[in-house]
Amino acid sequence: MDFELTSDQQMLQDGLQRLLGERYDFEHRKAQLFGTPGWSRDMWSRYAEMGLLGLPFAEADGGLGGGPADIMIVSEAFGRALTLEPYISTVLLAGGCLRLAGWPAQRAALVPRIADGSVLLAFAHVERQARYDLADVRTTAQSLHGGADWTLNGAKSFVLHGDTADKLVVSARVSGRERERSGLALFLVDSNTPGISRRVYVMQDGTRAADITFSNVQVSNDTLLGRAGHALPVIERVVDCTIAALCAEAVGAMTRAHELTVEYLKVRKQFGTTIGSFQALQHRAVDMLVMIEQARSLSMYATMMAAEDDSKARTCAVSAAKAYVGRVGKLVGEQAIQLHGGIGVTEECAVGHYYRRLTMIDVLFGDSGHHLGVVAAAQARAFDAQVTAVTAAELRRDFVNELVRAGDGL
Amino acid sequence: MDLRFTDAELAFREQVQQFFRTAVPPDIHRKCVLGQRLSKPELQGWTRILFEKGWATPAWAPEWGGTGWSPVQQYIFKEELHMAPAPEPLSFNVNMIGPVLIAFGTDEQKRRFLPSIARLDYWFCQGFSEPGAGSDLASLRTSARLEGDHYVVNGQKLWTSTAHHADWCFLLVRTDPEAKKQQGITYLLMDMKSPGVTVRPIVTIDGHHETNEMFLENVRIPVANRVGEENKGWDYAKYLLGHERSGIARVGISKMRVRRAKELAARIDAGGRPLSEDRGFRERVALLEIELKALEITQMRLISAATVPGKPDPKSSILKMKGSELQQAAAQLLLETAGYEAMEFDRDFLRGAAEASGPNDWALTIAPNHYWARHVSIVGGSNEIQRNILAKTVLGL
Repeated sequence: MDFELTSDQQMLQDGLQRLLGERYDFEHRKAQLFGTPGWSRDMWSRYAEMGLLGLPFAEADGGLGGGPADIMIVSEAFGRALTLEPYISTVLLAGGCLRLAGWPAQRAALVPRIADGSVLLAFAHVERQARYDLADVRTTAQSLHGGADWTLNGAKSFVLHGDTADKLVVSARVSGRERERSGLALFLVDSNTPGISRRVYVMQDGTRAADITFSNVQVSNDTLLGRAGHALPVIERVVDCTIAALCAEAVGAMTRAHELTVEYLKVRKQFGTTIGSFQALQHRAVDMLVMIEQARSLSMYATMMAAEDDSKARTCAVSAAKAYVGRVGKLVGEQAIQLHGGIGVTEECAVGHYYRRLTMIDVLFGDSGHHLGVVAAAQARAFDAQVTAVTAAELRRDFVNELVRAGDGL
Repeated sequence: MDLRFTDAELAFREQVQQFFRTAVPPDIHRKCVLGQRLSKPELQGWTRILFEKGWATPAWAPEWGGTGWSPVQQYIFKEELHMAPAPEPLSFNVNMIGPVLIAFGTDEQKRRFLPSIARLDYWFCQGFSEPGAGSDLASLRTSARLEGDHYVVNGQKLWTSTAHHADWCFLLVRTDPEAKKQQGITYLLMDMKSPGVTVRPIVTIDGHHETNEMFLENVRIPVANRVGEENKGWDYAKYLLGHERSGIARVGISKMRVRRAKELAARIDAGGRPLSEDRGFRERVALLEIELKALEITQMRLISAATVPGKPDPKSSILKMKGSELQQAAAQLLLETAGYEAMEFDRDFLRGAAEASGPNDWALTIAPNHYWARHVSIVGGSNEIQRNILAKTVLGL
């Protein structure tokens, strides 16, 4: 086991914290939040200069060859600063699909442009009826002209940063019924292709999104990412990696909300003394700390498992982390507001903004209740195998026959 | 960053597992599986097996019988011991008085006591708490007056667990009533056979006699049995706080309980199908296992962090708090799993003195162990005291 960061990772962390510390204070963020496009193009080009935008892509494609631990570092720093830029949609979601499913020519054409910040992407996957089921896709892609072209029809919702994206990665069904695991495909299309219309709106945390409708959108076969019909494992993997990053972002947000709260406890006076001298409030602040440290541990676990090829083990680990982090993110945010008192429920106070982002993180790609169900189901499957193994281990011992008898007598 | 165990650590785990598979006497292993308490000779016998293997006191300095294992190895050993399950060596000996003597004892005291402590030839109990000194331990009032080459001790101790088995007691006494309360305390080793020592049993809510109250009336303790300097006893007692960090969260015990609950749930019928197929049950299990996974990693992060000996990371209070909560939650899960079956009370079976009279020996200790688990969030600095420590040292409140 090794919990140390490499020197490169340490530099990344320090450099990013310095950049965000200097240029992403709360007032700066608020100015972006209420403006257009709702985030900072200046920061976006600075991220590009730092190498953040090309981070997870292979060096051969024009990226930096970073791994999940690097993404964790970046996401945690973004969580602390509550950044608004379309990093998740461009680099992790749509970029993840390109990275995992794209053909060499597609990667060679696009990765350098992602890395230098000149192209923005979004992942048009979620549909209103699907809730958190990644396989539930009604949008269709029909093959035309003997497979030379495709026609896309359908409606996507909650496309994160779908308002500003130059290109969209769209999931569509080429065969099979709704919710069937096979039959999905991914297309990389220009967002101004005829037949695409967008309704853009603001999400609860201030980030931007769009509902995107596809009516008889004709695209050529070279927009297909990977092979038609086999996209779901790619989507699942991209979403797992993104969930790991969201967990790290939540840890960053919780940590900062907790720091702000502890600072406030030290200066706010009531009854002639700082409220941080009250034991009831001290203990709440400690309970927040414990939850954050536990969440940090699971964020690291999800990060480590995000690169796992075994999809069952990977999803189970990532869901375990999301189930916990989603829940305690809300709890920490709620306590941060409670300990701030009245000022905590105002828009001018930062903790409320952290709470809104943590609420959004819980919902994205499945809330804690959903992921607890995923873990429970996965463990039940693993458990049948485990019981057999445990029983076999016990049977090596003579006395256990008695135990088995006792069990049989139930 | 790599959260996986190294190949060497995995090989070590295999070696430890192999040892526990073969070395735990079958009757003792059976008692551990069934959650029964062990007798004094049983724990002594098991401790000697560990001693012969060289594993009785892993965390001690190597010249006094420690193994020189890394913190991760010590954690693996503890977890495998709990998961086997095998009896835990007497904590008073291994985790408390042993390390204190190694750090502060005279050479004479080390030679005289340490080998017997490691082999459990000497059974130590802890004479710290008093009726008026619980969480506020430093307010203790048991007095020691120097008369020639002896201290004469008078007072009352409380929660002296296993005093009825003990040969020796490590004792905190007040030697300077004028000094500030932490500064007038002295650390003594008391022979339990000394005249004036009276031990009275306290039966706890599990129905078992584990702990006691102890009355000390003009008990004469040779000055040679003082640890370190007079009036410095508080420093020696404090040295232990967070000393044994690799096992403080006792994740292995909780994991073993959850595993047991799953095994039982697969055999227990609930509405025509195994309880293990119930969605609510599975989710409770999943929630607990997720928190245990988190705690396991939190523990590794803390024990892997660079530390100064004797200066524990105050964040280890997190391990105590969360570890005790999860032990209790796992005991609760077992109770819910067993249902009615856990409601029969059989004191003699619990203390390992008799076979079960009924058919459900697998369930008889579940409720008592659940009740007994309430003490883990109180003992050794209650969870509220741990929160005070964290608020002060980590948050600066």
